[in-house]
Order: sequence, then structure tokens, then C-alpha cells
Amino acid sequence: MTISGPQPGTGATQRGLAGGGRSSTNLGDILERVLDKGLVIAGDIQVNLLDIELLTIKLRLVIASLDTAREVGINWWETDPWLNADAGRQAVRSKRGDGDGRELEDGVQELKDELGRLRGRIRELESGQ
Amino acid sequence: MSERYLPGGRPPGPPEEGIWSYAITESDRVSAANGAPDLSWLIGVGGAQVRAITCSGLAVLVSDVSLAEFGETALREHLEDLEWLDEVARLHHNVVETAGRLFPLLPVRLATVYSGAAALCAALADHHDELLDALRRVGGRVEWGVKAYAAAEQAEATGGPAAGKPGSGLAYLQRRRDQLAAGREARAAAVSGARAVHAGLAGKAAAAVVRPPQSAQLSKVRLPMLLNAAYLLDASDGTSFTAAVAAEATAHPELRIELTGPWPPYSFAGGDDDGR
Repeated sequence: MTISGPQPGTGATQRGLAGGGRSSTNLGDILERVLDKGLVIAGDIQVNLLDIELLTIKLRLVIASLDTAREVGINWWETDPWLNADAGRQAVRSKRGDGDGRELEDGVQELKDELGRLRGRIRELESGQ
Repeated sequence: MSERYLPGGRPPGPPEEGIWSYAITESDRVSAANGAPDLSWLIGVGGAQVRAITCSGLAVLVSDVSLAEFGETALREHLEDLEWLDEVARLHHNVVETAGRLFPLLPVRLATVYSGAAALCAALADHHDELLDALRRVGGRVEWGVKAYAAAEQAEATGGPAAGKPGSGLAYLQRRRDQLAAGREARAAAVSGARAVHAGLAGKAAAAVVRPPQSAQLSKVRLPMLLNAAYLLDASDGTSFTAAVAAEATAHPELRIELTGPWPPYSFAGGDDDGR
């Protein structure tokens, strides 16, 4: 069900109603579901693993897009509570949810700083090993 | 609760084993008395057979994993390895999806590992009511994924029809400025188009979730992603929903729209989703 723009080739794997389990399924589609969503019942083996370590992966998934999105002002899913409050909580983890603009600004700045630190760490990991 | 391994699968290895969980369903769904489906042909992460552990009226689909590879320390390392993660995520998803075709279930988040059946049952007992609630809410429903990209980005990136022609510096700058202005307008139109598409589709769904856009590295599409959403629907509404997506795509030529699914209801299984 791709209604394609003028970019050849990229729609092939998504054309038609691709079943979620096909090997052609986009890894991002799978990861954002199995990592970011899905029922959370803490296992007793890896306490807090999901809260801490997976943050690096999550950032890796969205990092490029978030930067681009902010540049062109399309980060609307973060701040539009009518569209989705939950999306806002995820994208801006530091947002306290009281709707105060100043605090949101602070939260965004905090997140940016954190992104910078984590992105540096990803680079280290990628180049180091 | 057998400990069988497939030929060629991971041998039972040193004592350290854990239980990897995939999904939760009502125990009736997997009880032999009700003609339960045979799950033994389902292979999970690490190559082990999937089985069900039943307690408190609920059943969890699990498989045994070696803690040398799937224990806390190993997971911390492996989860940073995209290739490893790719394989494990697909195996996990395959079990959830296949079982999800057989009976209603709640997908469990990746890397939820227990030391044994006792620990698993204790966790189930703690969340019993919440789980039954969620099963009633999303069990048997499916989610459809819709992504919208700005279709116009490509024209701008390649410089438009006049690109490459020689000319004065001033003419070039003017042309470039016009191109950039046109690009901004096209993007603004695409952004409002994406909002409209989401509003239209959310109105047809039982619940909707919007996620941050994916990185191009994983989406394999270089166009800017403007919408990355999931919609919860009754399985029987697939035809009308996909038609609605097609209609939105026709109505919004400024967007390139992709539809995936039906997926197990991953995005709606968690307790903190308020369903729109």
C-alpha cells in the first residue's frame, strides 16, 4: 500500500500488505514495537535493564530523525497533547507534563544535552570496536 | 515443562538457564482440554522450542535461554549490537505473530527474562487483574502501522529542473533561494497533510499511538518521515481500514504513505497507553 513519490526502488518491500513477520519487514518497525512497546512486566533476571541500557538503542533509532525534525519544525508529535500525550512523554522524557512552556524548553535542552552525550558514546563504541 | 532441544539447537549447557517470555494469553487458550494448538514447532530465540507456562488463569509463551547469552551481563553487550538485535528481535516477533494468529494475546517486551517458572508466576500474580484487563481491551485486535513521508523532498535534493545549468552567480543564488522557499512551502503542506491523515485514521480506530519518526538508517527511506503511527482495530475491520488509508493517500499527493500490518497489538498492550 505504498503510494510512492518520485523515488524509485524504495517502496518495494512495503508494497502490498506486508505481513509483520516477513523477513523484508523493516527492522525499525519491529524494534520500535518489541523494544519500545509491548507489555512491561519486569523479569527478575535483568532488573532495570530496559530503563537504562535500551535508551542507547532507542536514541539510535530516532536520533537522526529527531534532529532533522526539529530543524524543519515537524516535531509536532512531541508537543501536541490532542494528538497524543503518550508520544510526548516518550519523545521528551524530561517533560514534566504540566504544559508549562518554560519547563518544556528546559526539558528539550536537557534532552539535547543528553542526546549529545549519548551520540558521542555511540560514536566511541562504533569506532572503537 | 520439557527441557527438550531441537537437533542443532543450543545444547543445555552449564547450569545457567533462564526463561524468555514472548506473550501472555488466557490459560484456556493453551489448555489441552480445549484442543490447544501445538506450539512445539515454534522456535524461539536461541533455537529452543516454545512452550506455555500456566498460572493464575494466565499462560505465558516462553522458551529456555542460556544465561551465558541472554543473562543480564550478556544482554547489556548484545543489545548494543545491531546485528544480534536484528536476529533476536525477528525471532521474538515471529513467535508473537505466529501465536497471535492462533489466539488473542498480549505481546511481552523484548528481553523479559525470568530465572524460572516460580519467578514468572510471581510476576503474573502481581499483575493479574491488569493483564486480564489488557487482554480484554486489545486481545484479538490488531494494529496497523502507517508512516507518511514528505514526497517532495526528492525534487529539492536533486536541485530541481534548472540544476547544473551554468549562469551568473547571482542567477544561481536567486534560483537556489526560490528552490529553498518552494521546499519550505512543500514541507509545510506535507506536515499539515500528515496531521490530517492521522486525524482521519485515528477517528476510525479503537486507539491510536504516534511515535517519533524512525531514522533513515532503519527505515531505508531518505525522505523525511512526518508521521509514524499505529492504529488499533478489530481484525475484521482490516478491509475498511486499508481502504481508508488508500483514500488518504489519494487525497494527499504531497505525502508518500506506507502501510504495514496487521501486527499483533504491540503498541497497545502496555498499561500506560490511554488509547488516544
